[in-house]
Amino acid sequence: MSPPANKFAIEPERYEFHSPSLHQFALARRDFFKVLGSGIAVFATSKEAAPLQETAPGPRIQSPQLPKEITSWLHIGDDGTVTAFTGKVEVGQNARTSLTQSVADELRVPFSSVRMVMGDTELTPFDMGTFGSRTTPTMAPQLRRVAEAARTVLVETAAKQWNVPAAKLKAVDAKVTDPASGKSLTYAELARGKTLAQLLPDADPITSPSDWTIAGQPLPKVNARDLVTGKHQYTTDLRPENLLYARILRPPSFGATLASCDAKAASAMPDVVVVVDGNFVGAAAPTDAQSERAVASIRAQWNESPQKISDREIFDYLKRNASSDSDRHNDKQQKGSVAEGLSAAAHKLEAAYTVAYIAHAPLEPRAAVAEWNNGKMTVWTGTQRPFAVRTEVANALHIPESNVRVIVPDTGSAYGGKHTGDAAVEAARLAKSANRPVKLVWTREEEFTWAYFRPAGLVEVKSGLHADGKLTAWEFHNYHSGSSGIETPYDVPNQLVQYHSVPLILRCGSYRGLAATANHFARETHMDELARAANLDPLEFRLRNLSDPRLRAVLQAATQRFGWPGTKSKGGQGFGLAAGLEKGSYVATCAEVISDIKSSKLQVLRLVTAFECGAIINPNGLRNQVVGANIQGLGGALFESIQFENGRIKNPLFANYRVPRFRDLPVIEAVLLDRKDIPSAGAGETPIMAVAPAVGNALFDATGIRRRAMPLAPEA
Amino acid sequence: MAQQFNLVVNGQSQAIQADPGTSLLTVLRENLGLTGSKYGCGEGQCGACTILLGGVARRACITPVSAAAGKPITTIEGLEQSGRLHPVQQAFLDAEAFQCAYCTSGMIMSSVALLRQNPHPTPAQIEQSLQGNICRCGTYPRIIEALQKVAKASQEHRS
Repeated sequence: MSPPANKFAIEPERYEFHSPSLHQFALARRDFFKVLGSGIAVFATSKEAAPLQETAPGPRIQSPQLPKEITSWLHIGDDGTVTAFTGKVEVGQNARTSLTQSVADELRVPFSSVRMVMGDTELTPFDMGTFGSRTTPTMAPQLRRVAEAARTVLVETAAKQWNVPAAKLKAVDAKVTDPASGKSLTYAELARGKTLAQLLPDADPITSPSDWTIAGQPLPKVNARDLVTGKHQYTTDLRPENLLYARILRPPSFGATLASCDAKAASAMPDVVVVVDGNFVGAAAPTDAQSERAVASIRAQWNESPQKISDREIFDYLKRNASSDSDRHNDKQQKGSVAEGLSAAAHKLEAAYTVAYIAHAPLEPRAAVAEWNNGKMTVWTGTQRPFAVRTEVANALHIPESNVRVIVPDTGSAYGGKHTGDAAVEAARLAKSANRPVKLVWTREEEFTWAYFRPAGLVEVKSGLHADGKLTAWEFHNYHSGSSGIETPYDVPNQLVQYHSVPLILRCGSYRGLAATANHFARETHMDELARAANLDPLEFRLRNLSDPRLRAVLQAATQRFGWPGTKSKGGQGFGLAAGLEKGSYVATCAEVISDIKSSKLQVLRLVTAFECGAIINPNGLRNQVVGANIQGLGGALFESIQFENGRIKNPLFANYRVPRFRDLPVIEAVLLDRKDIPSAGAGETPIMAVAPAVGNALFDATGIRRRAMPLAPEA
Repeated sequence: MAQQFNLVVNGQSQAIQADPGTSLLTVLRENLGLTGSKYGCGEGQCGACTILLGGVARRACITPVSAAAGKPITTIEGLEQSGRLHPVQQAFLDAEAFQCAYCTSGMIMSSVALLRQNPHPTPAQIEQSLQGNICRCGTYPRIIEALQKVAKASQEHRS
């Protein structure tokens, strides 16, 4: 399928703001390596990587020596247990399960026989991180390729043993069989006693989605039983021997530096370890109560730096401090002439949209357990980027990366909020001084204050429309929030689309869908305004300007299920829709709201979201993600907003930062389109994008009031 | 200063040393190693630490240990009986009513408390009763579905 004619590329990962790490420390070095057991091991690598030879028996795999080009590997043990290794992590998005399905499917083994080792810098291949909806489109095929190669090794081993051509053999249900002779050997039998390491041949064909047997099924989540019994151990639950609990003394405001610090009283407390290093002040003690008391006893003076911008001035600030054209040329995309397009237009429209800072508020706060042992630091922490955290810890402690191991237990959610290793670095610093394991669990207030935020944004749109309802001009400027989803999917001959970076006010970073939500809110609200100006139905108007068949398909699926355009049966009722595409997947959401103008009350009664991400690997997990993203999206759409002033967060608690709860629940329907002819794309982010504009458009339909700011109903 | 408290947790008597103001959550997790109850906010707002105290749902993070002494405490670890999941646990598992599952212990404990008081709650009553439990992954619809299944099963069991 050819892409729509108006497509142009914008640097995709600009939204990865690299806020500096909070701390830097001093120290030593030491080497390490870790070993895998015997059996058959297969490595997936790029063409440039040095090939690994078949090896002698005994321990052989030393991860520091493995080339970085290796992206995944897989091991079949003597007992037939399949262990697949990936640097990706499980944060609730169900990657552990969907990747297990892909491996089992490709290797032709039962789902239950595959164990997935994830996010461990000593055991798993290097990985950039679990973000950008990349796990499904990149890691699943890589693991499939490695599983396919392993299957080939097993078949060839059997062929050699039986002295028959490999092409005559079949691999099914963890066995290689010879249909002609009826002979069969299990994978366990074939792997026994072997120490065979095979490099993946280039460009292996992998199983097409139409032939999947285990992938494509709504299989239950791996380890699910441990999740309902409380047995699963998150980072916060780890309790190694001799554990100390840590607390950090935080500065009073952003940018404050430590002027002086008297920690004598804390240091004199029995079993208490205090560290004052740069701007870092922390204590660790055998109980949390003791470390809390120790930190409370520290007398610190801080030099605060003036923080003039508050949430009231932020949008003016963004406009005034935006980069000019010459700074970031790549961020400007142009075709045709917007001026000419506007002069040919029958209707013209100009509007500005804003999006507030919001917090991820993962229910498991940032946490780490760090252990310093013989010059080596091991840190368990919930992060989306274990290898980057390894670098952060090594840099902060001034030790080689090879002396740091980061392990990510399946984590209590992230939503793009756990890219950095702040808690890991802090726990590691204390553990190194204490020479005992240290656990640090950020308080909710720390989580709301010292993590990072989804950036606030201002979007300005100027557009023109022909009398026949066709778009003639489209000018779109995003200030600060980012370029994800910035391109319009609609057919417009004259366009100027630009992202303007702005120096940070609050520490910012990734967030589920990141700027795609801001850009879709602006674009899809504006499209609704244009439809009204042209007196066209919002669906009809979009379809008139849209040639992308996949986007048309989700729009049609959502509106059909919703019963678009709907019939109003009561006062204050309204219907709205929005759609878009991002990271290879497509979404359309229809919303029904009821609103009372006098009391400013806005209630979302119903959401119908159609979603298409190519071939579906696990419809059960996907539905959970799509519905969950819709509900999380309601928070940002309706009421979530970080308030700040004088370098302080004013609402750093769940008591004053409202998130969606049971009573906010609309009826939600997810329509999943399964395209077995299209490679699977990620699904964690895109389903969140269309919620806010659909709700805002429904609010307008209900009341005639156009809200151009997210959150739409902050007073609710 | 630390004092001794006698706690009755999941049917077992336990003597622990703690400051009287220490939260029950801290004692359960640190002293007793019962880490199924989670810290989510420390302000009684998210429900991840929900336990049963005298059969009633309580936020362990804002319950001082001194207030829990002597009363029966049930945590998520106490629901499973001889390898058999509690019907609410089973229903959560069947509906896969979780994503990251960090809220799940608290959701299950709040649900158990609700069903003890009201074995056949309406969706509105479920919403009302679980209003203090946050699921940031947004798995609320499946949680309601799971509870309704438990309620329906107990009704069928009776009739």
